[in-house]
Amino acid sequence: MSGIEIIPFGQAERPPRARWLAPLSVMLGSAVTLIPLIASVPILPPFGLMMLLGWRMIRGNSMRVWAPVPLGLFDDLVSGQPLGSAMLLWTLCVLAIDVLDTRLVWRDFWQDWVIATGGVGFCLAAGRLFAAPLWAHVDTALLFQLLAAAAFLPVIFRLCAWLDRDAKKV
Amino acid sequence: MAPPGNRRPGFSRRAQYGLFFTYVGAISGALAGAVLLLVSAFNPPAFAALRRAVAEVITPVSSGLAWASDGVAGVPSVVGSYFAVHSENARLKKQLTDERALVTRAQTLVRENAKLRALLKLRDVGNEIVVTARLVNSSATSTRRYATLNAGLWQGVRQGQPVREAGGLVGQVIESGPNTARVLLIVDAESIVPVRRTRDGLPAIAAGRGDGLIEIRSAGAAAMIFRPGDAFVTSGTGGIFPPDVPVAHVVKPGRDVAVAEPAANPSVLDFAIVQPSFLPPPPPPPTPSPTPAATPAAQ
Repeated sequence: MSGIEIIPFGQAERPPRARWLAPLSVMLGSAVTLIPLIASVPILPPFGLMMLLGWRMIRGNSMRVWAPVPLGLFDDLVSGQPLGSAMLLWTLCVLAIDVLDTRLVWRDFWQDWVIATGGVGFCLAAGRLFAAPLWAHVDTALLFQLLAAAAFLPVIFRLCAWLDRDAKKV
Repeated sequence: MAPPGNRRPGFSRRAQYGLFFTYVGAISGALAGAVLLLVSAFNPPAFAALRRAVAEVITPVSSGLAWASDGVAGVPSVVGSYFAVHSENARLKKQLTDERALVTRAQTLVRENAKLRALLKLRDVGNEIVVTARLVNSSATSTRRYATLNAGLWQGVRQGQPVREAGGLVGQVIESGPNTARVLLIVDAESIVPVRRTRDGLPAIAAGRGDGLIEIRSAGAAAMIFRPGDAFVTSGTGGIFPPDVPVAHVVKPGRDVAVAEPAANPSVLDFAIVQPSFLPPPPPPPTPSPTPAATPAAQ
């Protein structure tokens, strides 16, 4: 707002607020399951994972590589999945995106969207295999959950970019 | 955005090792997650204490949200009932006079029934209520169907107790904390309820399908035919669920296996009723008493 912020010589720059806001917003996304709704099918998209992927796509250095481990633990505690499921899957997802980043020269919005949707789909499918027995009739609901997540992802990207608006443009 | 091209953080050894160890941390964290996953797959109640602790902290948020949403959703009906109250009063008075004869007859029947039951020495099934509480949230992102009950050990809710509403069975308490409890709904894919058909007492098993419906499997005779509309109630077998609580009714015809719709719809549920287990759990096996020879000599 005020143009140039003057930092006295010898003092460190103020760290961007994404440092604390990114983990907090991922936890708030996980806590969306607290809304008073007794669902008889999985209807809510996994907002915690979507926030994590949003931050990873919009600002790759906002969180450490190991950040999905504690965040996934929190998600497991509130989501009803067996403990360790999100810890493992979210970390694998972020590591896979790191590997993809070494291959891609440039990511645009569409590639962000495709990669994040793939990540959500991987976590949903693997989480379903861990949590529910194979004969459970949850696959149609899971597909709709993935479609809802894909539709929400652009909004999540905008939200992450908005939360990150204090970052210095380089 | 552009991915960082060169991932080396510079010439500083310290920075390079720091980056390396974040990856070591991530991978070992993922492995720890895999170990936790294996433990919770083979022993599902393993981390119940941890989940209970988190639930104790976050359930008040959920209850507050439920209370607020009820307040907002209730406004139209409050306004409507304010204007409709006079006509409703007249209608109810008329209904009361109309039904007085019916009530008298029902009272006579109840007394007669009680007398006959006493003659038959029937063991009356207890209709005690442990607590009436709200289901405040559920695992809406997961493929499992858990709900959180806003009452726990302090209110007398114990593991294994059945949860129902007026219309039918809702689920069973699987973990109980001081002020919250975790309920496994009967539509969960790993929930199994012993039931019988109301028409002829045919024993069957009601297993959740995971998509909000219930699968009725024949437990007795082979080649059983289920017709749409067949209603099933709990049979009391197993001693957890009290008998004669409505569970589901068949919607699609089937042979040996049929798809049914649950009698209670937890998504429109206001309050859930927790009942004591139908039969108390068996006492623990007696521990072998130490032989007198094995005890050390008293000083």
